[in-house]
Amino acid sequence: MTSDGNHLQSNDRWRPTAELPYLQLRAALLGRTRDFFSQRGFLEVETPLLSTDTVVDQYLDPFGITTLSEKQAQHLWLQTSPELAMKRILAAGSGAIYQITRAFRDGEKGPLHNREFTMVEWYRPNDKMDDGIALLAELTEALLETEPTECTSYRDAFMRHANVDPLTADTSRLARVATAANVAIPEQFGLDRDDWLDLLMLELVMPHLGRKRPVIVYDYPASQAALARIRQADPPVAERFELFYKGVELANGYHELLDADELQARAITANEKRLAMGKNLLPVENRLIEAMRSGLPPCTGVALGFDRLLMLAAGADTLADVMTFYGDRA
Amino acid sequence: MATYSTSDFRKGLKVQIDGEPYLVIDSNFRKPGKGNAIYTLRMRNLVRGTILERNYKGGESIETADVEEIESQFLYRQGDKYVFMNTDNYEQYELTAEQVGEDWRFLKDSTLCQMVLYENNPITITPPNHIVLKVEYCEPGAKGNTATNVTKPVKVETGAEIQCPAFVEIGELIRVDTRTGEYIERVKE
Repeated sequence: MTSDGNHLQSNDRWRPTAELPYLQLRAALLGRTRDFFSQRGFLEVETPLLSTDTVVDQYLDPFGITTLSEKQAQHLWLQTSPELAMKRILAAGSGAIYQITRAFRDGEKGPLHNREFTMVEWYRPNDKMDDGIALLAELTEALLETEPTECTSYRDAFMRHANVDPLTADTSRLARVATAANVAIPEQFGLDRDDWLDLLMLELVMPHLGRKRPVIVYDYPASQAALARIRQADPPVAERFELFYKGVELANGYHELLDADELQARAITANEKRLAMGKNLLPVENRLIEAMRSGLPPCTGVALGFDRLLMLAAGADTLADVMTFYGDRA
Repeated sequence: MATYSTSDFRKGLKVQIDGEPYLVIDSNFRKPGKGNAIYTLRMRNLVRGTILERNYKGGESIETADVEEIESQFLYRQGDKYVFMNTDNYEQYELTAEQVGEDWRFLKDSTLCQMVLYENNPITITPPNHIVLKVEYCEPGAKGNTATNVTKPVKVETGAEIQCPAFVEIGELIRVDTRTGEYIERVKE
């Protein structure tokens, strides 16, 4: 697996990392994605890549840009996803919308990561989580020509592949599971339950997900809600879902949080955690909060990593094979 | 103390773990969309050759290892010590028989070897891939037998025994692959 795209001779540095047939496949799949959404009445929209607002997430690092030409320097962020802007469009009464755009994430580099990538994101008002899951499954089967998608709860996926209940087990129990399975444990792991859940997800669960057919995992731990609603159950779960195929994480969806105060509270918590990790603080005031106070329609939204989907469609095992100028070739 | 943080991780780094030097032979980045990144390093212990795989949480750091590769010349053996000299500055280094391992078979006077220094102490030597050795003793081979599939042990100038075709004779020079310890061919002076 090539992680740096440096397998070619240095005098080939000008060349695309992707071969022409894969670029043709990309164009074809982009066309089919647009057909899929337009046939279902979605409006294609475009939103700014540079904005004063940005999603506040503990583990997403946006690139910050300071303007040089204006008298009063302005600080802008390259979007880690078009989520904030698209929800502002929804709040203004657009109905179902989708977008195929670029997203940027600092520090993400590996066979399945590139700091700049193509994201397909869509929202449909009045969809509950189940409707969102059904639509995502339909799109996946249409684009990848797979067998019907399977659905499993986060809890069942862990019970099956890691033999532990991820919603109730404490950190010491999760640590014992990792140790028993010979998972290498980072030294700095401590009391953060989500660190342990993510590690077990990566090492024990994800490799089994979607081996034969796509799998959508739903009902995430409430601590991993991000911008999803939390459903009161015992214990409460986040109405969040993710698509996996051949062990690769392809899409993330939410039955969207509508409560502006809750959104702001989560952003503040995420910022506190960022600060504790030595990361920069991100702005917790944004125009999505204003839009939500004015009224975001109930909806479900999904973001899909288009390059990864293309990689699987092409039978490749690194994004370098399907992106024109991957990694340092950019 | 110098360190590499997870964002510096890449193949080829020399790092120190539990007081031992390692070479990073593979570096991988994995991250759940909404979770913390895990960096996986696959590393080779530069002293013992063992492989170690470790996971790191985004933001962790590890110590760099003071490792240097030099060209050195084998001078002589004294008891179970092997003495080498840095060809750049003539500094001398001693390796134990254990550190030299099976490579003693290829060490004759003046052999140029790659030596790895860790905190200025030698930890490994690597002889050239091919080396020419003189045959000191062997049983005579059957006359006219040029088959290479019939072999016999041959004692060479370093005192080692090498399996050679039956036609090799005392006083001849043979080329040996030091990575496999196998005979390659006879050579003329």
